[in-house]
Amino acid sequence: MLVLTACAAPAPSSSPVKGPLAEGQSPEAPILRWGGDAEGGAPFVEADPSDPAKLRGFDVDLVDAVARGLGRSPQFTQVAWASIEQSVARGDFDLGVSGLEDRPELRARYAVSLPYFEFREVLAVRVADRERYRTLADLAGQRVATLGATLAYRLLLEAQTQRGVVPVSYDDDVHPYSDLVDGRVDAVLLDHVIAERALERLRRVTGRTADPFVIQPTVVARGAYVAVFAAQRAALRDSVDAVLAARLRDGTLAAIFKRWGVWDDQQAAYQQRLVARLDSGAPAAAGDASGARPGTGTAAAISAYLPALLRAAAITLGLSVAAMMLAVLVGGAIAAGRVYGSAVTRAMLGAYVEVVRGTPVLLQLFVLYYGLSAVVRLPAMLAAIIGLGLNYAAYESEIYRSALQAIPRMQLEAARTLGLSEWQVFRLVRGPQAFRLALAPMTNDFVALLKDSSLVSVITVVELTKQTAIYATNVGSWFVPGVLCAIIYLAMSLPLSRVARRLEARWHV
Amino acid sequence: MSEAAMILHIDALRLTRRQQGETREVLRGLSLSLPAGRVCALMGVSGAGKSTVLRSVVALEPFDAGTIRVDGVSLRAGPVPRESALRQFRHKVGMVFQQHALFPHLTVHENVTLAPVHAAGVVAQQASSMADALLESLGVAHRRDAYPSQISGGEAQRVAIARALALDPPLLLMDEPTAALDPARRGALAETLRALAAAGRALLITTHDVDFAKAVADEVAVMAAGEIVELGAARDVLERPTHAATRSLLNHDMA
Repeated sequence: MLVLTACAAPAPSSSPVKGPLAEGQSPEAPILRWGGDAEGGAPFVEADPSDPAKLRGFDVDLVDAVARGLGRSPQFTQVAWASIEQSVARGDFDLGVSGLEDRPELRARYAVSLPYFEFREVLAVRVADRERYRTLADLAGQRVATLGATLAYRLLLEAQTQRGVVPVSYDDDVHPYSDLVDGRVDAVLLDHVIAERALERLRRVTGRTADPFVIQPTVVARGAYVAVFAAQRAALRDSVDAVLAARLRDGTLAAIFKRWGVWDDQQAAYQQRLVARLDSGAPAAAGDASGARPGTGTAAAISAYLPALLRAAAITLGLSVAAMMLAVLVGGAIAAGRVYGSAVTRAMLGAYVEVVRGTPVLLQLFVLYYGLSAVVRLPAMLAAIIGLGLNYAAYESEIYRSALQAIPRMQLEAARTLGLSEWQVFRLVRGPQAFRLALAPMTNDFVALLKDSSLVSVITVVELTKQTAIYATNVGSWFVPGVLCAIIYLAMSLPLSRVARRLEARWHV
Repeated sequence: MSEAAMILHIDALRLTRRQQGETREVLRGLSLSLPAGRVCALMGVSGAGKSTVLRSVVALEPFDAGTIRVDGVSLRAGPVPRESALRQFRHKVGMVFQQHALFPHLTVHENVTLAPVHAAGVVAQQASSMADALLESLGVAHRRDAYPSQISGGEAQRVAIARALALDPPLLLMDEPTAALDPARRGALAETLRALAAAGRALLITTHDVDFAKAVADEVAVMAAGEIVELGAARDVLERPTHAATRSLLNHDMA
């Protein structure tokens, strides 16, 4: 489903989103480049359903208003939501606007605009659980979903240590709600804009009068959206802030939010407070980004995140080992079937291998986890093991098949003349020799699997790469997390290669 | 000698093979008998069908007509039967391949114990001491724990003989045993094989080494174009050949 959305999302749009010309704005107005994520991005930024080449959303209108105020014309660049900050720091565009959450680490590394919209973290639960799960405290031992690398995710991590809540991280904000309805998770914690949109969407999809889930009125936390700039672009930020402040005071912002259905009394009160703060000359700080960890020094950051990275590494390793074991067993069976089986068996197994090798493992994981959820509702970890295991089984089977076929015919004949049964010939003579031949390519595949296991974050398993991405988003830099992550991957794969080399040397084949 | 006393009895063996759409007669009604304690050298130029005879007798090659009987157990014409049906027959025949075909992933000792333990169900300890005795008698006991890649060609041949004898078969087949052997070691090999025959085994050996045949064989059978063209005591056949194929074989060998 997400795959389809991704395919339908507009390519990085080179045609600027045009608005009416403001006073004093020349037709060749300088361009204001901005980045955001239009993948499932309503009502922030999304492709217009009536014309997918055009963008719409309240962030789009906000940027239009800012650009007009600056006498520039906006030009949009598509970028993955989690990468917007890194991308603006690289200079890919002038500012990032896409429902970005204000938080201390962001302010420490980037220039940020005034917090133009206040969001409220709210819990969504199934209708039947309306009375049972009112707050996070009620959800001890239950699975609570959210979007990875967000304020909500950090709130859940805290609730995990304090209350035993089980956080489940998603790469998108659509599947947490469909999985809530399907019973895979017990609650979703995300901001009220996303929650209300999900409710609307599911009402539309199911077409039933009864609501698929309810949004609890208790506000778990408050935060605000900001636009983000590279640290050295503080001057541009100041001019943008001036325009935003003016549009705040003249009611343009309120009008935009009303148009997109995200306006309410609490937002009105927030705007009043924001205006008062601006009038008093105080810095327009974030709302209540509680739970944010201050990003002090590298050493402190490493010691804060290393335990989480090591736990994620254990998941990566356990997942890879289990998937490899499945791949070896199934791959061995496929290879045996293709060498010893009937013509029909050989054709069917051959087709399996071609289909699995010829389609992306990402697609296979989606189909297994989401596509089959109506038939069989696999837990994420199990789906990950099965998905990767069955995928790699296809590759393993080819290794074993060629290894089996590489054993000289005379070896098999010699074994037969000794009175061994065909099964014994396979088990005692052909198999062991083939295994020795297959060992080097198998080791190679296991190392590849160790890294491919990062793909399973799309079905909510937080493994090493995902944890690193969360870490990087939190500290606002990929350098330290990237180096740590690489070291851990190498620490897992290098000893394995060494063991394999030693075994090969000992077997002198 | 009566038929019953024969360890190996081949009667009217016929074998045709299809190659590139052509049907070729490889064996054309071949008959041969061999009693216990005797060594027969099967001679002939390459392509005469010597190896095919061995492969048929060891049930690796299906034949179209005739019978093969080894120590009272028969093999019928037609497709090679399933291994389970062959088990009794397998225990009657040992085979030493030209390239030895030792199992590279097993030690010398494990190569020899494989058949007793897994095919005959002999207790591991007993199989082990039997294997040690065999390796000792063949002079390779000191290579017991080596892998095939670590031993010489001559040693590998002795290990292959030990492996073929592990189930104590009354008939031993050897395909071109001198082909990969240092000439200086041929005498020792002939001695070893004579000792095996003296202990009551029948040996059928393919070779085109006339001196080796003289040294080892009681009987010589000369093959040409899928038939035995001359058969008799080794001395008679090799010193007073009557068939053109035998004479050309002898001339070729002397040249």
